Amino acid sequence: MATTPTAVTEADERPPAGEPPVLEARGIVKRFGHVEALRGADFTVHRGEVVALIGDNGAGKSTLIKTLSGVHPPDEGEIRVGGRPVRFSTPVDARCAGVETVYQDLAVADDLSVAANLYLGREILRSGPLGRLGLLDKRAMRQGATAALDELGVRIPRVTTPIAMLSGGQRQCVAVARAIIWATNVVILDEPTAALGVVQTGRVLDVVRRARDAGMSVVLVSHNMPQVLEIADRVEVLRLGRRAARLRADEVTTDDLVAAMTGSAEREDR
Amino acid sequence: MSTVEATAGKQSGELSDWLRERLSHAVSEFTAATALVVLFIALSVASPYFLTADNLFNIGAQTAVIAIIAAAQTMVIITKGIDLSVGSVAALAGVVGAMVVRDLGFPLWAATAVAIGVGALAGLVNGLLITVARIPPFIATLGSMSVGRGLVFIITGAVGVYGLPRSFQLLGNGEIIGIPFAVVITALVAVGVAFLLSQTRFGQYTYAMGSNLEAARRSGIRVGRYLTGVYVLAGVLVGLGGMIAASRVNSGQPNYGISLELDVIAAAVIGGASLFGGQGRIVGTIIGAFLIALVRNGAVLLDISIHYQQVIVGLIIWAAVYFDQYRRRRLESRG
Repeated sequence: MATTPTAVTEADERPPAGEPPVLEARGIVKRFGHVEALRGADFTVHRGEVVALIGDNGAGKSTLIKTLSGVHPPDEGEIRVGGRPVRFSTPVDARCAGVETVYQDLAVADDLSVAANLYLGREILRSGPLGRLGLLDKRAMRQGATAALDELGVRIPRVTTPIAMLSGGQRQCVAVARAIIWATNVVILDEPTAALGVVQTGRVLDVVRRARDAGMSVVLVSHNMPQVLEIADRVEVLRLGRRAARLRADEVTTDDLVAAMTGSAEREDR
Repeated sequence: MSTVEATAGKQSGELSDWLRERLSHAVSEFTAATALVVLFIALSVASPYFLTADNLFNIGAQTAVIAIIAAAQTMVIITKGIDLSVGSVAALAGVVGAMVVRDLGFPLWAATAVAIGVGALAGLVNGLLITVARIPPFIATLGSMSVGRGLVFIITGAVGVYGLPRSFQLLGNGEIIGIPFAVVITALVAVGVAFLLSQTRFGQYTYAMGSNLEAARRSGIRVGRYLTGVYVLAGVLVGLGGMIAASRVNSGQPNYGISLELDVIAAAVIGGASLFGGQGRIVGTIIGAFLIALVRNGAVLLDISIHYQQVIVGLIIWAAVYFDQYRRRRLESRG
């Protein structure tokens, strides 16, 4: 794993038809006691696209996200990264496979600085024997954090500022940036703008666009239909624990999305 | 994106932000330091004995034990934990340290190592109770407080451990060019722990766990291991502190350290450690420890009864925690 975060810079072309999806779930089943949250759910993400995952409350969105990020290992079914089957037993497994997740509320440590949060769990240590004693190279982390945030267009006063002193939007930008910086394949964002105002939401979505333009794949869970159509390339709809529809965002309206979510219209096309 | 609007007003805004950021760290330390100076001057005026060399030496040695154990408590508080067992563990370490000298003829350094080992073991038990058995720190260490005190009484038969050689007093009453040996040890401990907390990965994870345990866990930090490590390291310091305390009175006292947890929690909180986790610095804790030692010392000099001292320490804890809450609210209302 790289020690310095860099957002992916080479912009990949649209995926050639033959390239396997960067992240794929097939026939995922997940039970909690007697409740079957996922009943053979499928999900596909190609390189360099923003896929919105939508569904009514209880459709299994959160559970699917958690299986894809290693929080809840699935009971049945298969997850593939770049066409290769993988097993995610812990969030660390998912991260090692290049899948980073921003959870709704648990994203950052408020008392730590922006730089410390970006490097949390992946600190740069001093070189030589001091590093083996666990001595941090704070300068390198400050510089790395500043460079990475600049690249993503995230504006914060200083990377030494504790997260607690940032606004909600800035906080979320840092959380999203952190995932993008370290992800090599997919970034999963669970309701990243749910608690934000209009301007702040716009900033977070700008960061997502920049990442997509740099070739990153993004999965966005959202309840905000206009926002989904604004930012996503594709939409996958989950209903009753299964994939109910796959839609191209530029071909549908919010009414279509709602219809697919509630099941008042059945369609299975691209 | 409106870069123009962001760069305008950046200069002045940035400076004041920077200042506020610095100040929010230092404000409780500054308040505590001011209180310390005021109290020091007041006591110098109120008591003719206060500024005597003997008394200052005494304050130094007394502060040392509180400061070392408060440094341990600070680490634990930063993780959003609390260690109520420090008094019992310090007594246990001191008593065992004294017993191995008296009964087994251990040299002082070996006895100190044994006392530190006792503290580390107690810390390990606390850590495992919290991380493996998932007992909340308050309850886990409340249990250890009782178990530890019980063990002290069992192994001593509730009788102090006397008959120690004079050399046993080195840690508590010895001096190097007029400076109490205990103060030198405290300074080393303080610098060491401050360095650990601010410059190392272990320190970074200590703050991270206290700030957002789930975020730390999902960042791949092995929180069970690191949290246990914090309690073990705290135990090491408590063991050392207990040994110094025993050395000061040249005996192992089974009653030592009852309600010591209040003094050290007060010291940590006065110095800016937050019981909500994620915040606290050793500089502040050392100032807090001095303040508590001065209150105790001043109360003795001014002939204020021990019962009133208890009341004063309790009031100080209330005030410090209230202040912490207030500060947190202000910080959050900004966000």
